[in-house]
Amino acid sequence: MCQMLNVEDGVELELTSDQEFFAETTRKFLEDKTPVSELRAKRNDPAGFEPAYWTQGAELGWTSLLVSEEDGGGSISGRPLADLMLVAFEFGNHAAPGPLVPASIVAGALSRAGSAEQKAGPLAEILSGEAVGSWAFGEPRPHDGFGEVTVTAEVDGDSVRLNGAKAPVESAAQAKYILVTARTGEGLTQVLVPTDAAGVTVTPMKSVDLTRHFAKVSLDNVALPVSAVVGEVGGAAGDVDWQTQVAILLELNEMVGAMDRAFKMTHEWSFDRYSFGRPLASYQELKHRFADMKLWLEASHAITDGAAKAVEDGDPEAWDLLSAAKAYVGHYGPELMHDCVQMHGGIGVTFEHDMHLYLRRVVLGSRLYGSVGDHRERLTASLEKKEEAA
Amino acid sequence: MTDTVTTDDTEIESVESFRQRARTWIRANLGPATGRGFGGMSDEEELAEMDRQRKLQRQLFDAGFAGICVPKEYGGQGLTPAHNDAFNAEISGFDYPSMLQVPNMTPCMAVILEFGSHEQKMKHVPPILKGEHYWIQYLSEPSSGSDAAGAQTMATRDGDEWLLNGSKIWSSGAWRADYGLTLARTNADVPKHRGLGVFLVPAHAPGIEMHRIEMLSGGNEFCQEFFTDVRIPESERLGDVDDGWTIGIRWLYFERSFALSPYLIRPSGGGEAFATPDGALVRLARKAGRLDDPVARDMIGEVRADSLVAGFAQRRIGQGMRTGYLTDQGAALSRLLSGVNATRSSTVAFDIAGPSAVAWEDDDGDIGGRGIGFLSRQAAQIGGGTTEMARNVISERVLGMPRERDNSRDLPFREVPKGPSNR
Repeated sequence: MCQMLNVEDGVELELTSDQEFFAETTRKFLEDKTPVSELRAKRNDPAGFEPAYWTQGAELGWTSLLVSEEDGGGSISGRPLADLMLVAFEFGNHAAPGPLVPASIVAGALSRAGSAEQKAGPLAEILSGEAVGSWAFGEPRPHDGFGEVTVTAEVDGDSVRLNGAKAPVESAAQAKYILVTARTGEGLTQVLVPTDAAGVTVTPMKSVDLTRHFAKVSLDNVALPVSAVVGEVGGAAGDVDWQTQVAILLELNEMVGAMDRAFKMTHEWSFDRYSFGRPLASYQELKHRFADMKLWLEASHAITDGAAKAVEDGDPEAWDLLSAAKAYVGHYGPELMHDCVQMHGGIGVTFEHDMHLYLRRVVLGSRLYGSVGDHRERLTASLEKKEEAA
Repeated sequence: MTDTVTTDDTEIESVESFRQRARTWIRANLGPATGRGFGGMSDEEELAEMDRQRKLQRQLFDAGFAGICVPKEYGGQGLTPAHNDAFNAEISGFDYPSMLQVPNMTPCMAVILEFGSHEQKMKHVPPILKGEHYWIQYLSEPSSGSDAAGAQTMATRDGDEWLLNGSKIWSSGAWRADYGLTLARTNADVPKHRGLGVFLVPAHAPGIEMHRIEMLSGGNEFCQEFFTDVRIPESERLGDVDDGWTIGIRWLYFERSFALSPYLIRPSGGGEAFATPDGALVRLARKAGRLDDPVARDMIGEVRADSLVAGFAQRRIGQGMRTGYLTDQGAALSRLLSGVNATRSSTVAFDIAGPSAVAWEDDDGDIGGRGIGFLSRQAAQIGGGTTEMARNVISERVLGMPRERDNSRDLPFREVPKGPSNR
């Protein structure tokens, strides 16, 4: 049964009543636990979030949506990705802290491909929020092209050996487990690495976001029992593909959530702020820019929802839609945010004003999991392929 | 036997059953998409193509696929927008009467369906669905483009008739049209929005003198008409006397939101990926020897993203207006989106074509002459209401921002200040 959202909410135009209740619960929790004062207070906190906050979030269902019921998870509506996107939207909308992106992916990956042992141990800990799991996919320069994997996983008898470096890895300094995507010959292998394993070095990095923090993870001859491999040795390409899709969708929804908040704040401001005896909202030049921003915002919502649905449905066009979304939102997201800053004038570039909290989230998302240019190139290559096939 | 579902106590065919029926019929009866527009055709060729498409429309009518969302009593199928969406997916890649869609099915037929009396609808809608009558808009005037309600064409009552005098312009394809939906002033002694009428006018009625306008691209689709004592019976006027702007508001809504209209055939499936401008850009870049140029590839990807986004955005805007998330004026978002996307893809095509865009040989084919398209790039942000008007509407009627000052709103129309160019 569908009920319409009221016009104040922008995420999906049609939600089930269970989804609406779920989103509302997360919204209220975030408003309560992470008001902007709390975000500011976490400015210099190395983790950016309290362990108790994360376990409470896990109790609300944040970590379990992509995990099957047999593995202790479960979705709200039977469409797990759609449900998770509601959480990600609220995260962006509140510039919320916490390892939502990596924890969701690692939990989902373990449920998809993990062994019984991995499910009983690490997955259960990640589900409850007791442990943080993170995904190490991207690599530092000069291997920082989207999708590039040079870390090696060599299997030798009963053990697997990892070498190389990963960055940026979200919440790596707080993580107990890191799912490392590595290369074995021509294929990809994923290994669940405990961060206290010998040869693992985690070096915190600086980030544009106030609370989402990253680290570099160096893997120097890290030797683990082969039971640490998640899925098939050399056969993880399909899992990595799914994880990348989910990561892009999470970033997109966080961005759209943050854009939505910034647009509302700026819309309100345009009525409250007077210059030359009239509100900013009465100036045609500014009105026209609001019209453009409204279009970018609605279009960003639309393609993000469309891409999520395509991934969930296993639509063969899903990658094209993901790339279209990442290219579009990656470009117009920062444009919209900077226009919102501009409309605020000087106060828009201060630390005191809230705008930067959302600006940070959008800018971060625009660069993670493929830049605008990376995704435009993918779209062109895909068109080329279709044209050749036709 | 067909599946049915019951809505509002009426049994109608289920969307899936309809889709199957449409698929079978389309595959058995329609050829592949011709991709032919009217660009570059002589008048004779264009009339012949128009005639071919009228017959195609008749074929659709006879098979029960014309006017999918038009009530049965007026010759349509009495089905829902979901049925029309299914048809649009199925007809993707096949021949269809593309020249008979806009402005014929919407805004013209859409306005008649919403405001016509039963008699008017009985008279005018079936011939449209059969391909017998093709309608265009007599809306813009030399003195009023964006300010459509500022129409100066006068309609004077004369017994059971009205006499129309004045001039209309930018009526696309009027020279090959049968009827013109006409906005005229019925009363100049009241404010402009309160003295208008909408008339159903034979496109070549006695007293209409028509000129073709040569565009900078060399095309001459647009026409200008001069009306001198054109006699239209009172029975061919829509709605209440002097209340034409009530209709005008919806007319402009239909114009802005044509991309969302349930009355149109607009192929939507993946099958036509190469009919899309971005598919064409790959071919263009290959021909121009620029398919390996990273800058060209970036621009192609940008246009591809824009067009994929546009499909979802248009659907969201339509859904938003249905659910009340957006006001009806959200149609202006749809108009703004199609305008900015079209100018961007025209610019990208121009850039990719390279120097051949501005100086070309006959055998340059596709690459040559992209400059001509680029010269008229702005047409996409002017025709159908300028994007400036769309931005005004979005900010004022969707976002609730203060209205622009309007010096014409409360004055009797006669007293509205006019500049040298619109007297």
